[in-house]
Amino acid sequence: MAMSIKHRINATIRRVPAWPIYLLFPLPGIGLFWEALNDRLGADPIQVLEHKYGEYGLQLLILVLLITPIQRLVGISLVKFRRAIGVVAFIYVLAHMLTWLVLDQQLDLGAIWTEVVKRPYITVGMVGFLSLLPLAVTSNNLSVRRLGPILWRRLHKLTYIAAIAGAAHYLLLVKAWPIEPIIYAAIVATLLLIRYWWKINSKPRRN
Amino acid sequence: MTYRFKTNLKYSDITPKSGWLNRRQLIASGTASTTLGMTAILSANAAIRNEKYSIEDELTDYEDITSYNNFYEFGNSKEDPARYAHNLTTSPWEVKVDGLVNKPGTYSFDDIVKNVTMEERIYRLRCVEAWSMVVPWVGFQLSEFLERVEPLSDAKFVAFETLVRPEEMRGQQTRLLDWPYREGLRLDEAMHPLTLLATGLYGEEMPNQNGAPIRLVVPWKYGFKSIKSIVRMSLVSEMPPSTWNLQAPREYGFYSNVNPNRSHPRWSQATERRVGGGLFAKRQETLMFNGYGDEVASLYAGMDLIENY
Repeated sequence: MAMSIKHRINATIRRVPAWPIYLLFPLPGIGLFWEALNDRLGADPIQVLEHKYGEYGLQLLILVLLITPIQRLVGISLVKFRRAIGVVAFIYVLAHMLTWLVLDQQLDLGAIWTEVVKRPYITVGMVGFLSLLPLAVTSNNLSVRRLGPILWRRLHKLTYIAAIAGAAHYLLLVKAWPIEPIIYAAIVATLLLIRYWWKINSKPRRN
Repeated sequence: MTYRFKTNLKYSDITPKSGWLNRRQLIASGTASTTLGMTAILSANAAIRNEKYSIEDELTDYEDITSYNNFYEFGNSKEDPARYAHNLTTSPWEVKVDGLVNKPGTYSFDDIVKNVTMEERIYRLRCVEAWSMVVPWVGFQLSEFLERVEPLSDAKFVAFETLVRPEEMRGQQTRLLDWPYREGLRLDEAMHPLTLLATGLYGEEMPNQNGAPIRLVVPWKYGFKSIKSIVRMSLVSEMPPSTWNLQAPREYGFYSNVNPNRSHPRWSQATERRVGGGLFAKRQETLMFNGYGDEVASLYAGMDLIENY
């Protein structure tokens, strides 16, 4: 019985295309920018954009990391959506960084460089962005063919680095101990520990 | 020791309400509405602007000042205080004064503000998070109140505490900070004529989210020093503990004077963004002592302000 429900869900998923994700998922970000332009984001719209874009990016990265555990633990496969979600996650992280570079720091390259070098949360944020960059560039079938599936998969494990960097970036910038960054960090940690657990338990035992 | 500036300004010099009330909307809706507020001049909280201690910068909108707040007692997002502070009962209100004073006791709000010289003062407010505002406070010099309670000669510091009332202050239901919120000033800082006990802004009663009914305003220090909703003042001989200093001693010192040369360990303090400037607001240079160096630098003569942050 449970089996058949799972099959039906998976069969339905097979018929749902992934491309609408590229159109729909960026909408909240576009809406936010529209509100900012129309002075509807309160006293400090730059900060709202910065924070929201970063948060959406981190949420989508977590969604990407959830897909494998859902498949293994629940048996529902959302793998076909992973690339689209990952690409939109990158777009949000890019928007987050551009908001900081252009609107917040106003392209003051000296100040930006100082921040990147001196402020751990900015350094870590940059590490996260840079680790997403090759993933965004190779999120297409041509790249999979060129790199070969093994190398491509290995490269895309950089997602783990990006998620850790994203969660750490958030934890490092807050004052006191608000609950949100702790929750994100706990989720990322859990999702990575599950994988580690699977990895050590899938190794053939030595006699 | 303290001196009082005698103003020669008249009541008519006060900004009419139309000048500030929801400036943004007024601009948006055209000139027709600008006559709307002309009749409404300041009433109950009437306070004459002290020009000597007021700056000329453009005021931050009332709406921004009252919707973008750090008041962790109501939650840690900027919007939380405006959303939840209406739950706070601010009347009756009492402030306990204890420690090294001749006249300790519990003073009611009405008693505290009776016979003080209420003034409007336009001050810069610089948050440690590198944003700033320009606020027309209404209040009186803390020195007036301290003189009234008569500190003893061995009193060297004033310690302040915020109300603890978790049932009305939802942020206090969490362990976000170590409640009560505590702050302190050296006695000479507390007696300085710039240091206010504020009971209002924009000529109105203090909105709850801004620290009603009575809060400290110390314009040359980062905003978190200006403790809100005060219920206790203690005159003490030793440097008192302060909340952010306890939270992260490396990041927030006791003095916390605005200092563009001393970075917060995690971010720069060299520049700030003036709130209300919209999406393309330019950063501006942060000034030493938030621009109040002429008035307060002498308090710290000979002190290393990088070490004593």
